[in-house]
Amino acid sequence: MLASLFIQTGPASGGWTIYPPLSALGQASEGSKAGMDYWIIGMALFIISQLLGGLNYIATVLNMRTKGMSMTRVPLTIWALLFTAILGVLSFPVLLSGVVLLMFDRHLGTSFYLSDIYIAGQALANEGGSAILFQHLFWFLGHPEVYIIILPTMGIVSEVMSVNARKPIFGYMAMVFSMFAICVLAFLVWAHHMFVTGLNPFLGSVFVLLTLLIAVPSAIKVFNWLTTLWRGNIRFTPAMLFAIGFVSLFISGGLTGIFLGNSTIDIHLHDTMFVIAHFHIVMGVSAFFGMFCGIYHWFPKMYGRYMNNTLGYIHFWVTLIGAYLIFWPMHYQGFAGMPRRYLDKSSWVSFSQFHGLDAMITVVTVLVFAVQLMFVFNYFYSMYKGRRVRSLNPWGATTLEWTTPIRPGHGNWDGEIPEVHRWAYDYGKDGRDFIPQTEPIGEKESSH
Amino acid sequence: MEAICICLLYYWHYYWQRLRDAVEHFNNKKIFEVDIVSNEQHKRVHPHKFTLWVAIASIIMMFAGLTSAFIVKSNLTGWRTIVLPKIFWVSTIVILTSSVTMQMAIKAFKAREMQRYRSLMTVTVVLGLAFVVCQIMGFGELWDQNIRFKGSSGAGQFFYAIAGLHGLHVLGGVVALIVMVVRSLAGKSKLYSAVPAEVMGMYWHFVDLLWLYLLIFL
Ligand SMILES: [Cu+2]
Repeated sequence: MLASLFIQTGPASGGWTIYPPLSALGQASEGSKAGMDYWIIGMALFIISQLLGGLNYIATVLNMRTKGMSMTRVPLTIWALLFTAILGVLSFPVLLSGVVLLMFDRHLGTSFYLSDIYIAGQALANEGGSAILFQHLFWFLGHPEVYIIILPTMGIVSEVMSVNARKPIFGYMAMVFSMFAICVLAFLVWAHHMFVTGLNPFLGSVFVLLTLLIAVPSAIKVFNWLTTLWRGNIRFTPAMLFAIGFVSLFISGGLTGIFLGNSTIDIHLHDTMFVIAHFHIVMGVSAFFGMFCGIYHWFPKMYGRYMNNTLGYIHFWVTLIGAYLIFWPMHYQGFAGMPRRYLDKSSWVSFSQFHGLDAMITVVTVLVFAVQLMFVFNYFYSMYKGRRVRSLNPWGATTLEWTTPIRPGHGNWDGEIPEVHRWAYDYGKDGRDFIPQTEPIGEKESSH
Repeated sequence: MEAICICLLYYWHYYWQRLRDAVEHFNNKKIFEVDIVSNEQHKRVHPHKFTLWVAIASIIMMFAGLTSAFIVKSNLTGWRTIVLPKIFWVSTIVILTSSVTMQMAIKAFKAREMQRYRSLMTVTVVLGLAFVVCQIMGFGELWDQNIRFKGSSGAGQFFYAIAGLHGLHVLGGVVALIVMVVRSLAGKSKLYSAVPAEVMGMYWHFVDLLWLYLLIFL
């Protein structure tokens, strides 16, 4: 894909959804020529690597756990990665099938997606194809894909919250089952991206119902995160702040999803700035918050050094406030009907009221971006110059990775792979701050 | 039609026997236990086999995507149907036979009859290649019936795409088979482990069943 920036006709220009006919016909635009092929080949390679990676994750988690690590003792991060891999393995092949047909249309002149096309007054021979077919195949991946992005961060956030609230995660099995429910529903809602394609309104209402059902497992997760925090001994490390920020953004972005999931409201909000706001808060910023949370938390494990805390705090507050300043106003713009993907909206008088707002958004965006550069600096600086980690388990966590040496060698553990005797969330149990997973259950120990 | 019925009956019988074998195996040795909370490694399904099961699920999803596209499209106006050339029945019998020889090869491997194993594997390779050749000849016949890539959509274009992709999966299996034969000639196949052969057999039966599904479907 990067290579296509350097070819004569330029990179693919069909947007990230590469809808045909624009993507299927080289004559359609410069960006539909070789750049599109590069895009598709790049995507196919990505799909294959993600499939092989997913196979590895699933087989490893289900088949190669250490002694004593039953599935009910597995940390939630691993559960999340397992579900992510399952989603990927089952949904990406469908996109692959769609893309294969697209390649047929592009290079062999078939009519899977093409029908009744006129370019510059010339009628093409293609007949009987349906561009909507591609959208179905695309969104059958497209919706699970958003959970492929968010599920791992949900796992990370659950983990970091429990460690830094010094409390067991609230509702461990509920967390697992809600992730499972999200995975199942993920495959049944794709057409909510297609409410304005002329979809049968009855079918639309079915997809509305299924889409809104996802609010249930999502709400269970949010409830469990909040109850994990409730009366916890919270340590506000940068990782913990990003975990809490994640929950805040997930609520804000999730609620606007309910608006868009209703076909009646979606017809008005479709393709407006409201979609940008919803999607970037819930998929962009909150997914990034989950990743930042994981990086700050596991950095000491990865490099044997801490990241700078002050820079971490600045990073968090500027990003959180900045993200809300950027995306909150966009909801209002969307309600007012302002379309997305337009370079210049000045010819609409009705949107002139938003000029000031747009200017503010631009300034904040530059600022937030600068802070991300600061994070990158913090990362690489701390890799070499950060404060050294002196103890094996700086956060007082129960999970196995903190029983490895500070600088682990090949195979992670010096001796035998440790045996596991308990779940990953024994915090504040029987008057003890935490009990590692490797410690056998004591004789007089209470059950959790 | 009778041909397909006989094939299906034969196939059903064959798999029924396999299933009975498996159940017996399960009762005797418990190697089929997929207890996810079990702690003992050796009781679980071998990781390679398990990985292949997941991969098969993944491949099924791809063909499910293609065939559901086929269903949706076949209900639209302007759909053009095709009459399958007879040669596809030949290819069906060929691939069904190859599944049997594959299974016999695994049996020979387990009985440590390496010579027999190698020749049965070679027969499977030849049958696999024969299947691909038959498919290509079938495509040629369709092509001569003026079912082309260019122009209006229809079952023919789907058939080229779907059966073509299936053929690629068979070719992939043939390559893996050849690798296994060469390895065993070079004395590299682990005599004590039948897992690679079984994994190979699983994949081979899968592409076989996949073809039956596509055939009935298309
Ligand atoms: Cu969606």
